[in-house]
Amino acid sequence: MVYSYYPGCTLKTKAKDLDRYAKECAKALGFELEEIENWQCCGGVYPLGTDEIASKLSSVRALNEAKVKGQDLVTVCSACHHVIKRTNDDMKNVEDIRTRANNYMELEEPYAGETTVLHYLEVLRDRVGFDVLKEKVVKPLGRKIGAYYGCLLLRPSKIVQFDNPENPTIIEDFIKAIGGEPVIYPYRNECCGGYVSLKEKEMAGKMVDRIMDSAAGMGAEELITACPLCMYNLNKSESANKLPVYYFTELLAEALGLKEEV
Amino acid sequence: MSGHLHEDMKSRVIDISGASPHKCMKCGKCSASCPSFDEMDIKPHQFVSYVNNGDIEALMASKSLGKCLSCFACVERCPRDVKPGKIVDAARQMLIRQQGQAMLTPEDVPELLDPEVPQQLLMSAFRRYSR
Ligand code: SF4
Ligand code: SF4
Repeated sequence: MVYSYYPGCTLKTKAKDLDRYAKECAKALGFELEEIENWQCCGGVYPLGTDEIASKLSSVRALNEAKVKGQDLVTVCSACHHVIKRTNDDMKNVEDIRTRANNYMELEEPYAGETTVLHYLEVLRDRVGFDVLKEKVVKPLGRKIGAYYGCLLLRPSKIVQFDNPENPTIIEDFIKAIGGEPVIYPYRNECCGGYVSLKEKEMAGKMVDRIMDSAAGMGAEELITACPLCMYNLNKSESANKLPVYYFTELLAEALGLKEEV
Repeated sequence: MSGHLHEDMKSRVIDISGASPHKCMKCGKCSASCPSFDEMDIKPHQFVSYVNNGDIEALMASKSLGKCLSCFACVERCPRDVKPGKIVDAARQMLIRQQGQAMLTPEDVPELLDPEVPQQLLMSAFRRYSR
């Protein structure tokens, strides 16, 4: 199975691990990520204003490119996923945005939200299957791992439709599949404050300390995330309970025995 | 400010946000869910009341505009689908769309940087804090 792939700005720079492990693991699991041509940065934050069109066009371009190729569009970064998925919902369901965006785009055929947007974790759950993944694991991790969901993957749940926003299980199921022991802790779906971490460093610091204390208190030895912004912010924690943070793709590569080769 | 202008600003916030402040039943669940609650001078449920009262200028001057994380906990949990977080964002839009009111300028950036800052943080900061 070949998917269109939208890596996003940060996976090409600061979060290269997230990108290369995602691609290598895909091959081992029988699917391929084909990077869409000339993708542009999604902007990192979904433009909430109902009158914002120009700032959504880079997402619409990527979505349309996948549509033309007849492929589903896969993202790995939580922020890209959030932005592209919500923009796709606008194109499908908000007539005013659809009309105005298409006026700008001048496509052969107007784009109306036809593309299916999948996060890499959804590909693992819904297309590969966690049971199949489990069979391919050569090095079960055996460690206590806390899933850090944060906000962008889960909310607003009506639109992103990723998992139950209050009691998600997808990353815990992933952890089980790669032979780890998931640790449930209260702050796993609380925002880390990533978007304010540039200007409000003290405030963001308090928030990540709370997350670390919560996870460590429940016995986690490490955290995993899909988001480079969470990764950056969580790593700023100065809590005595600070845990190491990994991208989920990195642990996937480790479990599949691909980490050293990549 | 004249009543006219008040009404005008109120309808602009409602238009930009796509929120439904009139549906609020003042249950406070949004504020109880908000991870930034302690940092805010005007709380999420109060944003909704301020809009209903037409006092948009107070919202545009609120330090909460820089504290909201756009985490959507309030939007997710509001039993009336009011979307308070979108009102906070719209008030910020109203402010930064004015000449000279950007909450972040390129000159501010160097001293905020460290070597680990990911691209997406800069991209999103400019998108959230300036036009
Ligand atoms: S979106 Fe803003 S107001 Fe709403 S819960 Fe999150 S931080 Fe609070
Ligand atoms: S949760 Fe909704 S209904 Fe309750 S106070 Fe907040 S905006 Fe109003």
